[in-house]
Amino acid sequence: MKFERRAAPFWSSQNSVAGMMLQVLAALIPGALAHVWFFGPGLIFNLLVAGIFAIAGEAFMMWIRGRSPATALKDYSALVMAVLLAFALPSLTPWWVTATGALFGVIVAKHLYGGLGFNIFNPAMAGYVVILVAFPAQLNLWVAPRMGDIDYQTLSVLQTLLYTLTGNLPAALDFDAVSRATPLDMMKTGLNNMATTAEIRANALMGDFGGRGWEWIGNFLGIGGIYLMLKKIIRWQIPAGVGLGLLGPATVMYLLDPGSNPGPTFHLFAGATILGAFFIATDPVSAATSPKGRFIYGLGIGFLTYCIRTWGSYADGIAFAVLLMNMAVPAIDYLTRPNIVGHAIRDSRHE
Amino acid sequence: MSAPTFDLGALHGGLRLPAHKSVSTSQPVYEVPVSKEFILPLTQHAGAASQPVVDIGDRVLRGQVIAQADGELGVPIHAPTSGTVTALEERPVISRYGETAPCIVIESDGQDDAWPQENRIDYKAQQPADLLARIVEGGIVGLGGAAFPTAQKLLQARSVGIEFLILNGVECEPFISCDDALMREHAMEIVRGAQILMHALQLDTCFIAVESDKPAALQQLGTAVASTGDERIALRQIPTIYPSGGEDQLVQLLTNRQVPSGGLPGDVGCLVQNVGTAAAVHDCIVKGAALVSRITTITGDGVATPQNVRARIGTPIADIVAAAGGYKGEPKHLVIGGPMTGKSITSDAAPLVKSSNCILVLSEAPESGRELPCIRCGDCAAVCPIVLQPQQLLWYANADNESKLRETGLLDCIECGCCDLACPSHIPLTASFRKAKNRIRELADEKARAERARQRFEARNERLEREQQERDAELARQKNSAKTAGADAIAEILKRKQREGRSK
Repeated sequence: MKFERRAAPFWSSQNSVAGMMLQVLAALIPGALAHVWFFGPGLIFNLLVAGIFAIAGEAFMMWIRGRSPATALKDYSALVMAVLLAFALPSLTPWWVTATGALFGVIVAKHLYGGLGFNIFNPAMAGYVVILVAFPAQLNLWVAPRMGDIDYQTLSVLQTLLYTLTGNLPAALDFDAVSRATPLDMMKTGLNNMATTAEIRANALMGDFGGRGWEWIGNFLGIGGIYLMLKKIIRWQIPAGVGLGLLGPATVMYLLDPGSNPGPTFHLFAGATILGAFFIATDPVSAATSPKGRFIYGLGIGFLTYCIRTWGSYADGIAFAVLLMNMAVPAIDYLTRPNIVGHAIRDSRHE
Repeated sequence: MSAPTFDLGALHGGLRLPAHKSVSTSQPVYEVPVSKEFILPLTQHAGAASQPVVDIGDRVLRGQVIAQADGELGVPIHAPTSGTVTALEERPVISRYGETAPCIVIESDGQDDAWPQENRIDYKAQQPADLLARIVEGGIVGLGGAAFPTAQKLLQARSVGIEFLILNGVECEPFISCDDALMREHAMEIVRGAQILMHALQLDTCFIAVESDKPAALQQLGTAVASTGDERIALRQIPTIYPSGGEDQLVQLLTNRQVPSGGLPGDVGCLVQNVGTAAAVHDCIVKGAALVSRITTITGDGVATPQNVRARIGTPIADIVAAAGGYKGEPKHLVIGGPMTGKSITSDAAPLVKSSNCILVLSEAPESGRELPCIRCGDCAAVCPIVLQPQQLLWYANADNESKLRETGLLDCIECGCCDLACPSHIPLTASFRKAKNRIRELADEKARAERARQRFEARNERLEREQQERDAELARQKNSAKTAGADAIAEILKRKQREGRSK
C-alpha cells in the first residue's frame, strides 16, 4: 500500500491569525458600547468609514502587488487597524479625515513596508498621526459626555451622519455648543494658565479619576484587555510596561508637587492610556518580541507618553510614543535575546 | 546508599498535548506471528553499516549473527527467525536511512529454530569491559528512537566519568505507548537491567523517570524496585508536558543541570538510557538473548485495532498492520514514530527496525490552515523548551544567514515541533529549521571540500616550484663544474658524445 509523504509534525496549529484578530475585535465590543453610550453614534460611522477604506485599500494594494486580495482580507488585520483608528478619533469626524488615516495606515505604513508581518510602524497609529497633523481642527472636536447634569447639545443619529458626510453641523448649532475639551486638554490648558490640579478637576466634566464618561470607557476597554490576556492573545509585559512607564513618573511628580502634576489615576483614566496599553501597543508585528523586550518596549511607550503629556504640545502622546518605540524595536530585540538553554555553560567554557 | 534528591528543574515552554495513548494500552502486548519474509537493513543504528557474513542460500537460525559490526560505532545484526537467506539487495526502508537501503532478506522456514544460546552469566562476577563486549555482541542499540549503539554510549559515559544513570520511561510523545506497555509487563527486567548497567558503569545512583500519566507503569516499577530492595534506584515522576522525555530535557528536569550546547548529558554527569534498552540489556546478559524483537505501538485512526505488539526486527510493516486488524478505510499517511517527530514513509513494505517505537497510521492529513507571514506574536518562543526564538530563526533561515543562525541557536533546536503547533500563521517552522540545519551541514562540507582542494592545489604548486628550483640548481652546478673541470673532463664528454654517435 502506498502513502503520501509529509514532514513532521503531523498535527497542525489550532491557532490562527484570523482567530486572534476576531478575539481582539470581540474584546473591543464593551468599550465600543460604552463609547456610543457616552459620546453618541459617531464611533459607529467612523468605524464604517475606516473599515470600508481600510479594506478597499488592502484589496487594492494586494491586487497591485499581484497577490490575492481575498487571502489578505480573510485575516481581518485591516479591519482591526480600522477599528483601532476609529477608537482614536473624536466621535464627530468628517469621512475624508477618517479615510485619509485609514488609507495612509494600510497603504503606506502596512503595504509599502511589505504587508502583514513586515510593517515597522503600527499602521493605526501612523494613520492617526498623519491626520492629527494634517487636520488638527477636526481632531479636536470632542462632544461632551452624556451625563445628566452636564449642559450639552446632543446630535441625533441623522445629524451625526450628516456631519460625518459633510463636515457641517446643522444650521442651529455651532461648534462651541456641541464640543467640549477633553480632560487631558483641560488639564494642559489649565496648568498653562497657572491653575492648580484641584481647581481644574473641580470642573463638571472631570470624574472620579479622569474625565466623566472617559473613565467608564476605560473600564470597559480594560475588561476587554484582561480578556485578551486570559486568552493569551496578548501577554502581560506590554500593558504592565506601559502602566509602569506612565504611572511611575506620574506618581513621583504628583508626590513632589500635587498642585501642578495630575496624579497617576488621572493619567490612567484620561486619554487613550488603557486603549493604548491593551490594544495598540500590543500589536505584535510592530512590537518587540522577547518577553523582556516587550516590557522595555511598554516602559518606553509609557514614559514617552508621560513626557509628551507633561512637556509636549499635544495633550495625549500615546500615538507618538508608540511610533517612536516602533523605531527602537530592532535594537530592543537584539539586546534582550533570552538565554538559550545550554548556552551559558558553553560560553563560560570557551572563555 | 539512597539516591540524592533534587528539586525538579523547570522546563521552559512545552505543550500539554492530547495523549491518544489509552487506545493502544487497553490490551496486553500481542505477539505478532512470524512473517514469511524478513528484511534486515544493514544500517539500523547510528554508526557504519554492518557487514553481511551470510550468503544467498545460507540457512540461518534465530539469534545467529548475519551481519557483523563494522568500526567503532558498529553493532551486529541477528537473524530474527530460522530460514534461508534469499537476497542481499536494496529494499524500501524507513526514510531516516534513505528511500531504499541494502538489506539481508530471509525467508522463514516456519521452524523458528534458535541458535545455541550462550551460557547464562552472573553479571556481578563479570568485568565491566566484558559486559560491554557482550552488549555489543547482543546487537543492542538505544530503543528510544536514536538507535545509538548502547555499549559505545556506556563506554563514552565511562570515559567522562558520570554520577547518574537515568532510565527514560517518560514517553512524552502522543500515541506512543510501547514503553508504557513494557514497564507494566516487564518492570522487573527493567530494574534488573538498571542494576547491570550500574555495575557496568560502576555507578551507585539510578533514576527511573516516568511521566505522571502512567500510574500503572509507576506502580509496577515501584513494586519491582521495592522487591529488589535496591536503594540505589529511585523512581521519579515527571510532569506530563511534551517534550519532557527528550534526553537533555529529562536531565534538566531531574537534576536541574543544563546539558551544554553541542554537548552530551555526560558533560553534566548523566547517562540517559531508554527503559526498553535496559530491558534488552537484561535479556542479553541474563538470558543470553540477542536483540531480535521489540515492543512497538501500532496505532492511529487508520488502523483497525490500535495496540502494542511485540514484533521481530525485520518484520514488514504491512504484516504488523495486518496483525492489528489491518487498515481502516483508506489511510493517507504512514508514520514511523509519533505525530510530533515521526517520519512519514511511502510504502508499508519497509521493515520494522530496532529503533521503531511506533507505527502511526493517519487517515487524514491534518487540516493545516493557509500559511501567512509571521506576525511576530512570539507564541512559538513561549513554547520552545530550548528558549529559542523561532520567529527570529525563521527570519534568518529565509535569509540563509548562517552566522546569525548559529548565533541564535539553530543547532540547539531539537525539532520537537512545539512551535509549529503554536503558530497562528501556520508556518512549517520545524521543517524550515531542519532544512536550514542541512544547509549549514552542506556548507560546512563544501567548505571542507574546498579547503582540501585548496591545500592540494597549494601543495602541488609548492612541489612544482621546488622541483623547478632543484632543476635550476642542478643545471647551475653542472655548468659550474664544467667550467672548473678542465681538459680531462672535456675529453671525457667528447668521448661520450662519440660513443653515442656510433651507437645510433
